[in-house]
Order: sequence, then C-alpha cells, then structure tokens
Amino acid sequence: MSGQKKEELLKIEDLVVEYDTDEAVVKAVNHVNLQLGKGETLGLVGETGAGKTTIAKAILRILPDPPAKVRGGRIYFDGEDMLKLSEGKMRKIRGNKIAMIFQDPMTALNPIETVGKQIAEAISLHEKLSKAEVEKRAVDMLEMVGIPGERYSEYPHQFSGGMKQRVVIAMALACRPELLLADEPTTALDVTIQAQVLDMMDSLKEKLDTSMILITHDLGIVAGMCDRVAVVYAGEIVEQGTTEEVFDHAGHPYTVGLFNSLPRLNGTEKRLKPIDGLMPDPTNLPEGCKFRERCPFAKDECGKKDPEIKEFRPGHFVKCVRAGGEER
Amino acid sequence: MKKKKKSHTREILHRLFKNKLAVAGLVVIILLVLAAIFAPLLAPYAYEAQDLTSTFQAPGKAHLLGTDNLGRDILSRLIYGTRQSLRIGVLSVAIASVLGITFGSIAGFYGGKVDNVLMRMLDIYQSVPAMLLSIALAAALGPGLNNAILAIGISTMAEYARMIRAQILTVREREYVEAARAINASDPRIVLKHIIPNAFAPLIVSITMNIGNSILAAATLSFIGLGAQPPLPEWGAMLSAGRSYMRDYGYLVIIPGICIMASVLAFNLLGDGLRDALDPKMKN
Amino acid sequence: MTDISLEVRNLKKYFNTPKGYLHAVDNVNFSIQTGKTLGVVGESGCGKSTLGRVVLHLLDSTDGQILFHGEDVTHVDKAKLRTLREDMQIIFQDPYSSLNPRMSVSEIIMEPLLLKGGISRAEMYKETKRLMDTVGLAERLENSYPHELDGGRRQRIGIARALALNPKFIVCDEPVSALDVSIQAQVLNLMLDLQEERGLTYLFITHDLSVVKYFSDDIMVMYLGQVVEKAPSDELFASPSHPYTKALLSAIPVPDVHAPRNRILLKGEITSPINPKPGCRFAARCPYASEECHREQQLVEIRKNHYVACQKAEELMDKKEKL
Repeated sequence: MSGQKKEELLKIEDLVVEYDTDEAVVKAVNHVNLQLGKGETLGLVGETGAGKTTIAKAILRILPDPPAKVRGGRIYFDGEDMLKLSEGKMRKIRGNKIAMIFQDPMTALNPIETVGKQIAEAISLHEKLSKAEVEKRAVDMLEMVGIPGERYSEYPHQFSGGMKQRVVIAMALACRPELLLADEPTTALDVTIQAQVLDMMDSLKEKLDTSMILITHDLGIVAGMCDRVAVVYAGEIVEQGTTEEVFDHAGHPYTVGLFNSLPRLNGTEKRLKPIDGLMPDPTNLPEGCKFRERCPFAKDECGKKDPEIKEFRPGHFVKCVRAGGEER
Repeated sequence: MKKKKKSHTREILHRLFKNKLAVAGLVVIILLVLAAIFAPLLAPYAYEAQDLTSTFQAPGKAHLLGTDNLGRDILSRLIYGTRQSLRIGVLSVAIASVLGITFGSIAGFYGGKVDNVLMRMLDIYQSVPAMLLSIALAAALGPGLNNAILAIGISTMAEYARMIRAQILTVREREYVEAARAINASDPRIVLKHIIPNAFAPLIVSITMNIGNSILAAATLSFIGLGAQPPLPEWGAMLSAGRSYMRDYGYLVIIPGICIMASVLAFNLLGDGLRDALDPKMKN
Repeated sequence: MTDISLEVRNLKKYFNTPKGYLHAVDNVNFSIQTGKTLGVVGESGCGKSTLGRVVLHLLDSTDGQILFHGEDVTHVDKAKLRTLREDMQIIFQDPYSSLNPRMSVSEIIMEPLLLKGGISRAEMYKETKRLMDTVGLAERLENSYPHELDGGRRQRIGIARALALNPKFIVCDEPVSALDVSIQAQVLNLMLDLQEERGLTYLFITHDLSVVKYFSDDIMVMYLGQVVEKAPSDELFASPSHPYTKALLSAIPVPDVHAPRNRILLKGEITSPINPKPGCRFAARCPYASEECHREQQLVEIRKNHYVACQKAEELMDKKEKL
C-alpha cells in the first residue's frame, strides 16, 4: 500500500459522491482513487463541474446533505477512515489537522470582526492557550503571510483582495494543519497579486511541512506548484502522475486536448485547437469512456466498457485504452 | 416561438405543487373563487331576504348555519360575502401594487435626486400607521366598499414601492441591462422588459400574502362601519353586526370569523409556497 | 494609417466619489485600424472596462475626443447615438449576468432587430436563425433559456446579439475569462473567424495576457487609468519595457514544468485611483522607482510604434529581469 518514497498521509479509495435532486441523480464523483504523501503537493486539475471541489469537500465531510450523498469509498487520513468517524471526532480534525481555503476571500471572512480576532478564534478553537499566547500566535501568523502585525485590529474591508486571501491563508495555517485543501485560492486575484500569494503559499508550505491538495483549472499554476497532478474529467481521475511526467508525456486525450487549447505565450499559431463538444451531463453519463464523444481517437470499444486505469509509464496512470500509444 | 415561457413557469409550478400546504391554500382559494362566481346558484336564500319570524335560529335543517338578528340566512350571506371579500382583497392589492411599483420603479431606475425625493416622501407617508391611514382615508372618502378598497390600496402601497426599488437597484446593475442599452432599447422598455420581470419574484409573494391582510383590513373597516354598508354582506361587516349578540348567539361571530381566518391562512400558505418555488436556490 | 476605425484622443473619465475624483480613465490615446484588434490589458481597477463603456457611450466621457471613422462622436444626440450603436457593439464578460434570464435564446438574439425595426417579423425570425447558425448554436436551442445552457453557449448568444445589427466595431470585455480553457478556445476561434468574414474591428479587453497575445495586433497596457505601454503584440512580448509590463508578463503561470521561473514579485499594494498624486502611479510598487518618478510621465516612442511611459524605459528595454 505505501510503496511510495514518502510516508502516506491521505488515501482515497473508490470514492463515489452523488447529488440527489428531484429530477435526477448527479454523478459528481465516480470511483476516485488518490493518494498524497506527507509534505507533498497534489494538483487537482479539471474544468468547471468536473467534481474537483466535491472531492475536497468530501474529504472534510462538509458536503451539504441533502442533496449530496457519499455513496461509497474510504478516505484514510493518517491510517483512519474518516468516513467512519463520529461527527465529534471529525470536528477535531477540521481546521486543526485539515484546513480548507476557498476561492473567494471576500465571503470567507466575517465583515464585522477584525482580522486578528478571526485568526485568534481559529487558533483558540483548537488549542488550549492563554489569551495572550493566542494573540501572539495570531500576530505571528499575520506577519508570516506578509501583513504587518499592526493591522491586527483592522476589518476585512480595509484590506485589498490579495491581502484578504492572505488573511484566509493565515487562518487556515494557524493551527499548523497537516493537510491544506486549497480550492482555486488565487482565481479571484490579479496575476501580479496571484504571483505573490502563490509564492507565499509555496514557502509557507515548505516551512510548516504541510501537505496540500491544490484545486485549479490553471495548468500554469500546477506546473509551478505541484509535485504530482491528477486530471479530473466528469467525476473521474483520467490521468495521474508526477507533474513532470504528465506535462511532458500526457497520455490521456483529454489532457492532451487541454494543453493544446491553451494559447501559448511563446507560440506563433494563428488558431487554437479546442476540444470539440462539451462535458457530458453528469445526470446522464455515457456508457464506457466518458470522454469518448469528444475524443479524436475514439473507437468502438471505448463505448462498450469503462477503460481501466493503466500504468502507462512508471508511476504515471492513465484511464484510456490507448494509453501507451502516441504522445502529444 | 410557441412553447414560449415553458421552462421557467413550468419549473416554478412543479416546485409549487410539491408543497402540500401551498396546494391546500390554493385549493381553498379556488373554492372561494368558485363560491363567489356561482353564489346565486349555491346560496339557498337571497342574501338580503329577511324572515322576521325566524330570527336567531341556531344552525339546523332549514338554515344550515342559522339566521341572524333579521332572520337572514347566514350561509347565503357568507357565500355572497365571498364576492365582496375577495373583491376587496384582490382590488386593494392591485391598486397598492400598481401604485407601489410605479413609484418604486421610478425611484429605483432613475436613482440620485429623484430617488431621494421620492423615498423621503415615502418616509413621511409611512410614519402614519397604515391602519390609521386607511381609517382616515375611508372616513374622508365616505363609507362604502369601493372607498374602503381605495383607502386600503393607497395606505399599503409603500411596502411594494420599497420592495421593488430595492430589487431594481440590484437588477439595474446587471450586465443584461447594459446590453439592452447597447442595442438601443428605450428606458421604458428596459424597465418593463428587462428589469421588472427580474425584480418581480419577491413581489408576487408579498402580493398573495397581502390579499389576506387586505381582507382583514377591510373587515376592520367594516367592523367600525366604514366598509361594506348594509345590507351588502361582507365577512367583516357580518362579524361587526354579530358582535352585539355574541354572548347569546356565538355562531354569529364565529362563522364569519372562521371564513376570514381560513381565507387569510390560505393566501398566506400560497404566498409562502410561492416564495420557496420562486427561489432559484431551492432548485437542488 | 489610412483606414482608421476608432480613434480616441486624451480621453478622460472621472467618477465623483465621496472621497474625491476617481480617475478611472486618465488621458488615454489610441487608434485602431479597420479590421484589426487592439488588446487592452490590465488588472482589476485599471479602467479597461470603463474605457470600453465610454467608447460605446454607455458612460459619458469627462473630457477628450472619440472619433469613429473620422467623425467626432464624442457628443451626440439621441438619433445619432441610435445609428452609432448599430455600428458599435459590445460582448460582455459574464455570460451569466449579461443575458436576461426571463428571455429565450431567440428572443434575446431577436431583440436588437426588433428595436431597429424596418423588417417584418418573419424576416427577423429568419435573421435570428441565421445568426444562431453563424455563432454555432443549434436551432433546437431557440426556445431554451440561458440558465439551461453552459457558459460557452451563453457566450455565443451574447456574440449573436452583438452581431445582429451588423456592427463594424465590437468592444469585447473579457469575453472568455469566465469560460473553461477548452471552451475558451472554441469561442476565441469563433471570434477570429467572424473578424475575418466581416472585417470587424475589435477592442479586446482582458486581464489574460496569453489570450491577448494570441488575439491582438496591438496591445495597450493600462495601470490605474493610464496607458503605461503600447506596442505591436509581438514587439511587446519580445521586449516589454515598462517595469509594470515586465512584472505582469513574468507573473503569468506558464504551463511548462521546464520553463525558467523568474517571476518579478511586486511589493506593496495598488495605490488608490482616487485623487492620485502626480507622477508615475506604479512608482509605489516599482522595483526601479526613484525620485524622478514623481514627475508626470509621458508616453514616448522608444522604437517604431512602441510607446512607453517610463523615463527608464530605454535603459530597461533589453535588460532581462534581475531577481
């Protein structure tokens, strides 16, 4: 099981999540397997509606029920299946051992509470420290994310978008979590600010030895931040491997298509090569390979049965019958 | 172009029909409407027919719900009263919402000084309690059903004005309003076609809920003699007439009271259901 | 430089706020040749969207001139505005909020035709179908409502609506930034095809530098309401000369694990655009800032068609980023 070089922190096996609506069942996550080593950063890449956020929320068990239902699977964290834990035990893990950062920093902060207090609250919820100690920790956290400690008693609206996201990160890291789930943490930010925040996250992660799952749609961010990457399509992981492997030897036609549809800064092409069609309706997924209808290489057999996940190159897994064929 | 408006409306109706309480409310309302329409067929007696030989008859065979102090059949009066009560509810709310929407739309769409002046006027207007205002207006206009309707309509329009203004303030910032301007849509078209339809949902709820309130308000006016005039049957007026005899003949007030309560409840339930059905967040 | 579609001279747009005047667009000059694309790049709050709206008269300008095919259209009466809007259109950023949720696809696309009038209902309907076909919307979608469609299709509706009046010039306000990459490429290709077929002129507003490079002939970089650099697309990417442009380019995450990482990390925060002090507005974050930067900076042509508003531009032009 733990044949990896790094000690395993999180292991997801066969996770299935569905949303029950009045009309239909939305198959959001379909038999996902993932693992994450200590100190490792895993990029979860995919388009809107692919199921990235659902996976992250399932790990923290914060999916809204109803309509979301975890229909199967196991999520081991430090060797324990979190899906079996009591709500009370889960509460001790959330924010303490596993923290999550959301896309929009504006809604993650309470507008009528000072930022310092909000960080302090996150700390005192999980650790028994004196008031002075908590405050000192909160100031330290602020400074760690590059905000002067004097701004402790300012309110969120006095901060810019980038600074708010840094406050959110400070809150998430305040209890030194072992795992950080970052859901599009910089999508709402401008590029220059994004560069600052990513840089800061990277160095903090090093410093605190936190593992991270970074959810993003931006392959550029993955290239710069992640050790390993998993490509999500229609609720499935279609490709998984080290970042270098996946970027240099993309094996799944969807991954290849994603790379091709990006406008390149150094390219000279006059037309982009989009992936034709749309992601299948998650209430009505096709038989067999879910990417079949958009795939330029689809064959008859792709429609018959769900392709298996194959080890296409050492440590590089692809869910496609073609895996092992031509590269991009 | 034939299946127009299908999805939106159908989706809303679908959600509404899943709410049992709202359906119950709707059923009661439909029954009331039918009673009002077919009153002459349903009522066993004429509403003004007096039978002084059989006054204060308890509910029984001849008179299912008994008779009043003048020997008039209460059931017949209730059935005919549905006409008046529904008319009051619907018309006064119609007056209030048309006034309110016009007022609020102008304030919300033009904003700035226009908004400021109109809203301060509304503040002054709202500093007088609505019931007091209706009484004052009804007294000034003279007693009578139509005047009562007008009085209630005018005195309750502020709520709609505020609501539609707040909605318009958010809707007018949407890009599709800007898009409409970019394709040369005129101001009235923008308001009528692009803003109001999208600002209307909370208003529909408020309107249904207020029909119940207006029936109640009219009952109050009738109770103090400013609403429906005898012999016209109106539930509030019946309640008011019955109060002198309520110690001995309780059914004189209990029966119209139940009718008022049931109809107000029905409209409120429907309004509640509509609010949930119209909320796009309830979709999943 | 003969056939100029749009020219803007010293354009200013100030908003009156309780704290003072917000300089959203400050002294902007540019011209676009017919059939070409000018990309306007900048971060949130740099005034790029305001610029597009002022050009279209969706907002009134504070000062300056707007010329459309040589004619001064800065101040126009209602009748002229009507005809002007038939020639100048806009595609919005958010395909979710730019379509009226209560109108069906065909109603949305038909509305501009209906407002223009002059042709029969049947002809309008035919034209609507033709437009849907042009932008790649299946006919069966005509009675669908926007909320039933995905982002890419919604954006196609927005494009069809903009094309309905057969404009010559279109402001594209971040038309693809709300879309997923694979869909983004579909929409960008469509817009390029349309430009070619109809000879459209685009003012392409975006914060995404990789998209703008691919799409534009010329690029104009804005910072807090001012143009800091303007150059042909290839030239700008080959030798960015304003410190802000350099930082912006270096901050783009490159989807290549072997790409060298030498991001210029800017310190400090964006200064307020309300009553800005004279001088370079980027100075507070600029790694090269000095005393002289508090003087007003002019756009200077440092190479053919390459303008920069920085006194150190020539010195910085070919200097590779130091870390």
